[in-house]
Amino acid sequence: MHTTLTPPESSKYLRLNLGPSHPATHGTLRVFVELEGEIIRGMKLEIGYLHRCFEKMAETHTWNQVIPFTDRLNYVSAMMNNVGYVRSVEKLLGVEPTKRCQRVRVILCELSRIIDHLVCIGANAVDLGALTTFWYFFRERENVYDLFEALCGARLTTSVTRVGGMYKDLPEGWLEWCRKVVNNLPRTLDDVETLLTANRIWIDRTQGIGVISKEDALEYGFTGPCLRATGIPYDIRKAMPYYDYDKFTWDVVTESGGDTYSRYLVRMGEMRQSLKIIQQCLDDMPGGAINIDDWAIVLPPKEQVYNSIEGLMAHFKLIMHGIRPPLGEVYDCTEAANGELGFFISSDNQGRPYRVRVRPPCFAIYQAFPEMCIGQTVSDAVATLGSLNIVAGELDR
Amino acid sequence: MQETDTKLLASALPNLPAEIQTAILAVEEFKGETTITIRKENLRTVIQFLKTDPNFRFDVMMDLFAMDYLKYNSPQPERFAVVYYLVSLFQTRRVRIKVFVSEDELVVDSIHDLYKAANWFEREAWDLYGIVFNGHPNLVRILCHNEFVGHPLRKDYPSDQYQRLKSAVPSEGL
Repeated sequence: MHTTLTPPESSKYLRLNLGPSHPATHGTLRVFVELEGEIIRGMKLEIGYLHRCFEKMAETHTWNQVIPFTDRLNYVSAMMNNVGYVRSVEKLLGVEPTKRCQRVRVILCELSRIIDHLVCIGANAVDLGALTTFWYFFRERENVYDLFEALCGARLTTSVTRVGGMYKDLPEGWLEWCRKVVNNLPRTLDDVETLLTANRIWIDRTQGIGVISKEDALEYGFTGPCLRATGIPYDIRKAMPYYDYDKFTWDVVTESGGDTYSRYLVRMGEMRQSLKIIQQCLDDMPGGAINIDDWAIVLPPKEQVYNSIEGLMAHFKLIMHGIRPPLGEVYDCTEAANGELGFFISSDNQGRPYRVRVRPPCFAIYQAFPEMCIGQTVSDAVATLGSLNIVAGELDR
Repeated sequence: MQETDTKLLASALPNLPAEIQTAILAVEEFKGETTITIRKENLRTVIQFLKTDPNFRFDVMMDLFAMDYLKYNSPQPERFAVVYYLVSLFQTRRVRIKVFVSEDELVVDSIHDLYKAANWFEREAWDLYGIVFNGHPNLVRILCHNEFVGHPLRKDYPSDQYQRLKSAVPSEGL
């Protein structure tokens, strides 16, 4: 494939530079294209504009201090990164969070998946000129963000998990509020489906655009909605269930086109499945503690810190020295909104990670972007880029 | 589920062809994950085998990254390692392949033609650790800027050292 450009002096094509700051890229992505008329004949990508050494920074902070950095990976669904990271640390420590904590994490992850998909479809439609869907979706997104704000005080960079539990338990009345938000969502999804799914312009702009075959998707390491849009029913929540995902009733959504339209349909379907999962969690929310009872991992309650020497010591040691996972290396993955989000962590039994490696789903997907665009027009490339949901924070780390 | 799958994989290892057997240096089980350390020379043979053999069919290369064991608490055979993470979707199996690379000869064979995904991941490992991938078509920096000196994720690179880009990134000849 012509993923490199021909030398300028011998080239018969017009060269065009898009980005790194461009309204259609939704992030700092730089794309060089070679055009013959309006058709893309060559394309080259340049990434790294948002590289901020996440992996290096993680090595100089305690295990819990890494959590705020994970917010900035896929900042559209920060909670999934929080959960993905602490799951890896918990795996290395050999601890299992409480049932209540697991259920809360599932709710937060599914809400995050929904808002991620809302942003993806909404922004994708704006790029193609459909503004109404964007307003419809962002209204719902604000409602979900209000929920997040009530839970942890932050809307975007939540840092809501802790190793062994959560920052804090759910506030009073949160579950009923959540149920209201969740009950409102299907109407918006119906509205947007009415506007887009059978819309002649939307179909013309997205069907057969940015196609990737099953085989190529596997070769490039696609995961998540982009892989499922090619017809491969791979979802980590089903393939390697965690947090009781196998006990909920829900389906993996697949489409067979592998194009922008299929990716749109998969995301729409997935939001409905996520709602189903959240409903089941809300119906069956276990009580009990949110954090595990181990002061070597989780901070003791404040009364204990102020009134007992053990509590004070545990608090001091945890803040000053941090958690000390045993020597070893583990990889753990969760199904994030974009696909397999993996954290490989290596510990040498110190208070700080020896190495934290993120496997960002975007990185693998964006690599295939030139192959999906060559032979199509620039406006098709914009449609394709939006549907891949490339988040620069995760791509560049 | 994951655990039993990795055990299955470990039990299949003794029945492998001789050339694959000799390439394997160690098989390790930790927290239900299998890590296979192999000889650097046989990397491509082993990966090709794992990808195409009908019993394994590791169809996805999920991740590729490097490690620097310079300050690691437990002794390792060499300073650097390249880690490949292969996934078989149809069997839900996962395996980690590890290749140790010595500081004097920081070269590993590229697998960009075996998995298309490897292209950028190898560029990243070169950028951050300075590991050369033999046969890679375009081994240039990917995350750091083009004036960057050194490899930032190495353990002897100071974590507070800045390198500013002095001139604009050219759009010609890229």
